[in-house]
Amino acid sequence: MTSPRSWFAQSWLVRVVVPLAVLGCVPFVLTASWVLNLAVLGLMYAVLASSWNLLAGYTGYISLCHAAFFGIGAYALALWAGPGTASLSGYGPFLLTIPIGLAVGAAAIPIGWIILRTRHVTFAIVTITLLFMVQTLAFNLTGLTGGSEGLAIAAPPFPAAWFEQPFYYAMLILLALCVVIFELVRRSRLGLSLTALREDEEKARGLGVPTQPLKIGAFAVSVAITAMAGGVWAYYLTFVMPQYAIDPLVMIGTALTAFLGGKGTLWGPAIGALIVVPAQQYFAFRLGASDLYLVSYAAIFLVVILLLPRGIVPSLGEWLRKRRAGATQSVVVPDPAAAKPVGVTQ
Amino acid sequence: MHTFVQALILGVLTGGVYALMSTGQTLVFGVMRVVNVAQGMLVILSAYLSYTLHQKLGIDPFATIVIVMPAMFAVGVLIQLAFIRPVKRERTEISFEQTLLIMFALAVGIEGLVDLCYTAEYRSITTSYANSSWTVAGYTFSVVRVLAFALAVVLLAALWLLLNKTEFGRAVRATVQNPTSARLLGVDTERIGALGMGLGISLAGASGAVFGLIYPFNANSSYDLVSRLLSIVVLGGLGSVIGAVVGSLTLGVAEAVVAATISPVWAPFTFLVVLMVVLLVRPQGLFGAVERGAL
Repeated sequence: MTSPRSWFAQSWLVRVVVPLAVLGCVPFVLTASWVLNLAVLGLMYAVLASSWNLLAGYTGYISLCHAAFFGIGAYALALWAGPGTASLSGYGPFLLTIPIGLAVGAAAIPIGWIILRTRHVTFAIVTITLLFMVQTLAFNLTGLTGGSEGLAIAAPPFPAAWFEQPFYYAMLILLALCVVIFELVRRSRLGLSLTALREDEEKARGLGVPTQPLKIGAFAVSVAITAMAGGVWAYYLTFVMPQYAIDPLVMIGTALTAFLGGKGTLWGPAIGALIVVPAQQYFAFRLGASDLYLVSYAAIFLVVILLLPRGIVPSLGEWLRKRRAGATQSVVVPDPAAAKPVGVTQ
Repeated sequence: MHTFVQALILGVLTGGVYALMSTGQTLVFGVMRVVNVAQGMLVILSAYLSYTLHQKLGIDPFATIVIVMPAMFAVGVLIQLAFIRPVKRERTEISFEQTLLIMFALAVGIEGLVDLCYTAEYRSITTSYANSSWTVAGYTFSVVRVLAFALAVVLLAALWLLLNKTEFGRAVRATVQNPTSARLLGVDTERIGALGMGLGISLAGASGAVFGLIYPFNANSSYDLVSRLLSIVVLGGLGSVIGAVVGSLTLGVAEAVVAATISPVWAPFTFLVVLMVVLLVRPQGLFGAVERGAL
């Protein structure tokens, strides 16, 4: 940590500010509407995967109910903004996502309190059950959600020339939120506690780490940001329907993105989104809306899980470390750090 | 009172069918430590197979099970050999989330294939006796549901005999209880794993025809179905076959009673409420053992 090189690599500037600034410049360089549309989608997956990573990366809990909270955020925005004209010359609905995020975060605390009583496999099962149940409810509670017909939202009154830009920046702000929270936690005592919790929950609790509040807090923050992304996305599409708002495909996409990039790393989930979303859109474009699209999607997922189980960023980091070790020493010494499971501290 | 008893009867009969599906799922978890989130999709796939055999060859839906069950057994063994074994061999501590996501991806892939072959239109298997029923002491017993329940009882009895009275069953139970010790005592756990996977998924194969006879279905029905099955398995305790049976009957009855006395809209919600209560009171499920790190 003392050498200037590692200080540079560890600084806020390099790790957070520069990548965000680069992403912020994208709409000035790429102005074509279809590219920006793809970029908004890509950023949305980056936000979903990064917020999912706040829970999964730090605590090791694989949640499969985040898509349900995405849908709840979308429905909340649709109900609140309504089908009339959008307030504050179109920017009102963006502001609405803030109270929605806070409310969902608060509501997630009792839910987390119950479901986080389980661990590992059972937690994954309970969350996936929750996802399917919420989808069923969205279909069935027709009075609230409009059933399978869904709800309409006021169309954003932005001119076609920069229609996508407000959504792009809204998603970018959410991504910045995820990244800053991740980095702040990583640099604090909280990060150490969470890492201890992930590695061995019993031992961590024995050492005085308040595991239950930490897990619930991570869950609440994680799903709150997911819900905010859901709100922005619903406003972008101007409608909400159960099969798109609470979509197992969104869930699998989120997990795929995070796994591909590297669960538990700062930029891994966003990098995963940069690869998954264009690939997904390419397949959707080439194969049309036909169901081969689903098959190809599943195939990508299987290939990623089977070939790159630890993700791009950790694998790349390990490769770099091996190279560096090889450059400084002629004899390759087995690196104990490389053999360890991938940690947040990378 | 009449409505309530009628709902009770319906619930028990439905519970039998759930038991068929969920024992397969819990068996796969017990033997392989794989959460088979594709079980719902595999049931739907089997329903389509039975539907096709019935439509094209005119075989009675219950007779198609003789063909569909071995076919799904083969699918199970194939999934195990092609997708689960390579991951399991690598690292044990991260493989659970990987295998879960693999099963999730397989479910999505099968959904795509099924949609491609059959479109999203709702299908149902209809026979001459599909809508007939018996009336005993004022209560209606749908013929299809009674036959389905009888089938479930026969198959579950066969499963019980297989698990408790044969050498293979002993090996399976040993693998469920402690894979490492089983291996040390000479059980070929990889072979048992493949066969256990096949067995679990062949039970999905058996319930496909039954599901298709009772409910209209398309590929999307699998999500609702699998969430019910997962609730049942968690209620019974992961890996416990008897737990899955008890959980199936409990939730089958609870669902039917809620549907009859309150509203069918709230029936899926019953599963969620029961699941949440179980997690509050007994997170390991009714018959689940507390394992370090597993709960």
